[in-house]
Amino acid sequence: MPTVSPSRPDVPEPVLAVRDLHVRFAGRVGLWQGLRGVKAPDARAVDGVNLELYPGEVLALAGESGCGKTTLARTIMGLERPRSGDISFEGKPLGRSTRVLREYRRRVQMVFQDPTAALNPRQTIYESIAEGLRVHGITRSSAGESEEQLVARALSRAGMRPPERFFLNYPHELSGGQRQRVVIAGALVLDPEIIVADEPVSSLDASVRGEILKLLLGLRNDLNIAMLVVTHDLGLAWTIADRVAVMYLGRIVEIGPAESVLTNPIHPYTKALLEVVPEAGGIDRPFLAGEPPDPTSIPPGCRFNPRCPAVASGAAAGAGVLAACQEQDLGLQELRPDHFAACHLMSHEAGFASAPPPPPAKA
Amino acid sequence: MSVLSVRDLTVTYHTQAGPVPAVRGVDLHVEKGEVLGLAGESGCGKSTIVNGVLRLVPPKTKVTGTVELNGEDVMAMKPGRLRAVRWSGMSVVFQGAMHALNPVQRIGDQIAEAVVIHGEADEKGATVRAGALLEQVGLPPRRLRDYPHELSGGQKQRVMIAMALACQPDLVIADEPTTALDVMVQAQVLQLLKELQRELGLAMLFITHDLSVLVEVCDRLAIMYAGKIVEEGPSVPVFRDPKHPYTRALSGAFPQIGDRRFRMAPSGLPGDPPFPGNVPTGCSFHPRCPLAFDECPTIDPDLYDAGPGRTAACLLVPRGERVPVAP
Repeated sequence: MPTVSPSRPDVPEPVLAVRDLHVRFAGRVGLWQGLRGVKAPDARAVDGVNLELYPGEVLALAGESGCGKTTLARTIMGLERPRSGDISFEGKPLGRSTRVLREYRRRVQMVFQDPTAALNPRQTIYESIAEGLRVHGITRSSAGESEEQLVARALSRAGMRPPERFFLNYPHELSGGQRQRVVIAGALVLDPEIIVADEPVSSLDASVRGEILKLLLGLRNDLNIAMLVVTHDLGLAWTIADRVAVMYLGRIVEIGPAESVLTNPIHPYTKALLEVVPEAGGIDRPFLAGEPPDPTSIPPGCRFNPRCPAVASGAAAGAGVLAACQEQDLGLQELRPDHFAACHLMSHEAGFASAPPPPPAKA
Repeated sequence: MSVLSVRDLTVTYHTQAGPVPAVRGVDLHVEKGEVLGLAGESGCGKSTIVNGVLRLVPPKTKVTGTVELNGEDVMAMKPGRLRAVRWSGMSVVFQGAMHALNPVQRIGDQIAEAVVIHGEADEKGATVRAGALLEQVGLPPRRLRDYPHELSGGQKQRVMIAMALACQPDLVIADEPTTALDVMVQAQVLQLLKELQRELGLAMLFITHDLSVLVEVCDRLAIMYAGKIVEEGPSVPVFRDPKHPYTRALSGAFPQIGDRRFRMAPSGLPGDPPFPGNVPTGCSFHPRCPLAFDECPTIDPDLYDAGPGRTAACLLVPRGERVPVAP
């Protein structure tokens, strides 16, 4: 099995590890076909993902819509049930124990894309933030702080100062940026080890985004909170991420240090994603054609091969790996220090005899 | 003569809480074959300008200033003339193609409808034209018989573009045409728009909050803040070397991958864009401006000359002081 962990001995244990994760959604058919007994294939939204998150690191998870990045984040949060695979937190598998899961749900918090939808419009800011404490039965912190003190501290850490001023406000009285700060305060009040943020700034105005990203980066620096940031915006990854993982059709196809992945990508798909980042001075360059792919019919071989520019240009055939591209599914290989990619052509060019096998799928 | 010429446009909405000045004196000119980008955040008035130009504002809204299309005063047009000009003189590609198309009508009929109404062809001829338009936007003509739900988001936006071109307008207004689309599809649609614009020599007014998109497709940029234009000029210089502190902050929100200055250094502005009904005195940007000084809260700056073909509404500009470029 390929390992995604860095080979250096000085690296700490991951705080979160995902192993061979598979998530499927039942396929849907029309009424007539359903009555005739036609079964639709499942959507393989997450199709064999290995991922590690280290204490205090910011990992950006990027890809097109429909690539499974949000499903992966939701599954890590326990909001979707995996078909197979394991998630372990601080080295211990989560399993089914209610007590373990409860503790896990306190220490892993989620920040959603749209703060307006994430906050209850009829709840005051104080109530919204204190709700998490109440759900987890926390009336005092270990240091003896009261609920009010905990809420005030979370708000002020999220940049809402003085916090008491906002206690009795309702969400509609705040701006979009302030609402997202309240959502982040709601996560912070439970003193989490990990924050999973799904497109945390994409619903905010451009001039406000930077401040929220600054806040997230500050939380990592001051509180050593690890973050998994789901984003379609590679510029955002460049601004805040230590590592970047690129997902395509349910699988991570490239992962490594942000600078290496973003300025010197290995996988043709990552290159294509970087190509579409808008550039000053014109739009006359080739883009990947076609629509986001369909997770109900994942092509055989390398899942990117039908759209791959290296296949279309004949580069894969020239290197003698075309048959592998079209027939042989593959996993990640460390092609540069800590930088992994799943590409037959690039493995071949790096001098490997073949690309490693894909993560196993259990029935 | 400019295709579109807007002078001193103001649009004031009438609300229960009193008048809300959404656009407060805007000048815009779009020449033939030129793409002008209009950037700004939510509530800055950029979509209100579109509604003002097309005379689509709600009743009781106060609109002043002049809007000329090919030299003809849009504000003075009679309803019949206005209806004729809309779509054949200027057309719009709206945001959110999924909601702008009629779900129970085949897309071919929807495209042909405009052609027939404007008397450019009979029904049969209009269908032929619709097929040609689909091909022009990169869809096979057999998709004429499809309903909107059979198309993907990018394909629906292509249909919207085909509709906007149906009556051969001189001016196309694109209002956030790619906001709801995925990154890959967005790039494809932008490329298509740019190609068509060049091929047909269209004048285009392109509106979005995404400055990086505008730099890619536009010849000139106008940056809006709180109902006014604060900076205007050729797009690459405006993006790379902004003269107004707000433009600088906005361009900092779209980092260049590989540029060390942005690495682990997100930059933004404190505070929020002002509500249109409650705009600060003096320069409306001063409460958020990192460079504000004692005169900013009292003097509302004009657009000063800021280099070749450029203007910026900042008191630092006539003093010859450069806005520092680094975020």
